[in-house]
Amino acid sequence: MSLMKTFLSAGAALAISAVAALAEPGLIIDLGGKFDKSFNESAYNGAKRWVDETGGSYIETELQSEAQREQNMRKMAERDANPIVVLGFANGSTLEKVAPDYPDTSFAIVDMVVDAPNVKSIVFSEHEGSYLVGLIAGMKSETGTVGFVGGMDVPLIRKFACGYAQGVLAANPDAKVISSMTGTTPSAWNDPVKGGELAKAQVSQGADVIYAAAGGTGVGILQAAADEGVFSIGVDSNQNYLHPGSVLTSMLKRVDNAVYEVFSAGAEGFEPGIAVLDLESEGVGYAVDENNEALITDDITAAVDEAKAKIISGEIEVHDYTSDDSCPALTF
Amino acid sequence: MTKLPPWVDIVVIPLISLLLALIVSGLVIVYIGENPFEAISIMVNGAVGSAYGWGYTLYYATNFIFTGLAVAVAYQARLFNIGGEGQAAIGGLGVALVCLALPWPHWTIALVAATIGGAVFGAAWAAIPAYLQAKRGSHIVITTIMFNFIASALMVYLLVNVLKKPGSMSPETARFPEGAFLPNAYDMFWWLGFSRSAPLNITFFVAILCCVLVYLLIWRTRLGYEIRAFGQSESAAVYAGINPVRITMITMLISGGLAGLMGINAVMGEAERLVTDPVQGAGFVGIAVALMGRNHPVGVFLAGLLFGMLYQGGGELEFEIPAVSREMILVIQALVILFTGALDNMVRMPFEALFSRLRKAEG
Repeated sequence: MSLMKTFLSAGAALAISAVAALAEPGLIIDLGGKFDKSFNESAYNGAKRWVDETGGSYIETELQSEAQREQNMRKMAERDANPIVVLGFANGSTLEKVAPDYPDTSFAIVDMVVDAPNVKSIVFSEHEGSYLVGLIAGMKSETGTVGFVGGMDVPLIRKFACGYAQGVLAANPDAKVISSMTGTTPSAWNDPVKGGELAKAQVSQGADVIYAAAGGTGVGILQAAADEGVFSIGVDSNQNYLHPGSVLTSMLKRVDNAVYEVFSAGAEGFEPGIAVLDLESEGVGYAVDENNEALITDDITAAVDEAKAKIISGEIEVHDYTSDDSCPALTF
Repeated sequence: MTKLPPWVDIVVIPLISLLLALIVSGLVIVYIGENPFEAISIMVNGAVGSAYGWGYTLYYATNFIFTGLAVAVAYQARLFNIGGEGQAAIGGLGVALVCLALPWPHWTIALVAATIGGAVFGAAWAAIPAYLQAKRGSHIVITTIMFNFIASALMVYLLVNVLKKPGSMSPETARFPEGAFLPNAYDMFWWLGFSRSAPLNITFFVAILCCVLVYLLIWRTRLGYEIRAFGQSESAAVYAGINPVRITMITMLISGGLAGLMGINAVMGEAERLVTDPVQGAGFVGIAVALMGRNHPVGVFLAGLLFGMLYQGGGELEFEIPAVSREMILVIQALVILFTGALDNMVRMPFEALFSRLRKAEG
């Protein structure tokens, strides 16, 4: 609402010309809500950063249901938003259908590859970032058992789990990784209660570090870990501040940077094709701030920095689950 | 009671009811701090102000006509079928299976086959509650609503485990083959300004055809007479030799089949693939549409159109003014149902009093 007010007041003060309005970028927030403290919020923060820095405005809409995908995407395009950023793999098939109808509009999709001349596909090397936080988890765990709670059981989330398990085993070859998924439908992205239950079940199996890769569901997982007195690892956004002392670190996936860059490039600077954001380009990483710096000891930092350098140089190759739908370190 | 002139009955009273509903909705919008006139104009413009709006309005109306007819037919036998949601979802499953089964050479053949597929699957989903009602006396309201949940669980199971396109992450089927694409508003009426984006498709005409067929069935055939007689009084119908089990089954099968036909519009016409919830609440809106349309095909058509406008206009409103949430749109729709359906007499009675006074003055 405050955003809309900003628009309205800006509109009243400047009487934005039609030309300026035409160039407004658009952002479609996916299911799970704008303030999921994770994936969507990261995208929103990127858009907000662009607004704060350029003083521009953008069109934003939030999906409420699966069936709105197509209409909202078309509505954005009909409103001449350009470029339009859509979030999440679930939009892939819809975008494949919509993009050819609007050849003059540029689309960017996060987490999915759509092959069309006016689409930029932004994918992240989540397995690399997850490897680093797995390394931290493996070094921090005292029981030798760590947990992973995913959102929807899809190859993308298994990619997180697989990278994480490889990191854990690199730190402690005898460690046990327990993996659970919240569900098989998109509602699994926004089910904090079930996420919390899964986390508690893992704690009862001995897990003392739990990595949540589950969008809005993660809030419940981190809460349960804090309640049970074990460590947790956040995802996508920096979630360290949610439970200082309990959240060990967060696997950063810089969706905010991706959105910011697409918005900044605008329609003129738009480059279609596939963009892979990995460790080297700082598209993924792990978060250290005042909330968790006491937890990350110097030898952990040293080990992680070394692994990071080795991954970038190619010395360590983290297996990507989606490349062959299998994982050497973890069975699902 | 004084009989009102038809133009008052059909035109003036619904319009006044609608106006009252809009005034109250406006007050709600003022309450949340937005400009009601702006909101109403966004809604009206969004629904009927452009070819784009009409494309969506008529698309939604098509869905509501099918589910509304389903409720209306069942209601003629005083069976309250509130399982339209599940029947339409399973109908959509039938449509998808038909579309994916063969590389269809032409959409006309695919449409006929999908129509049969949707109707058979929808009818089959209604058959079990119908049987339980007819033979066991399990109340149809309870069983049909429970079947909605079973349908949604079944859809999720099938899409996640069986029908999911290999390699895809979302629980949805592959896109249908090109021969199963129905002509949409752009293909048929591009000269009216429809863009490629319009989801309105040829199913709209199937819906109109269904309205006509339902009218003929209920008011012009022996079966329709039996259905109505059964609905008016079961004991009298039995006395006249009408088999209650047969009528319950047939009525519910027709009702479920009509709900299932919604699948052609939503699954084959718009999405061109099956997703977990293709119905999106249209089954429940169908109940309101049937009640508002007085369970008559013409009324269902008009009410379906009105709800199509509310739905599309509401979507635009939500898009333009983020403070107006999805739930607010539901409140506005509910107010329209309340005033045009439930509070109809509130407007009607003053008119009847006015006209009886006028007549007395004349006479």
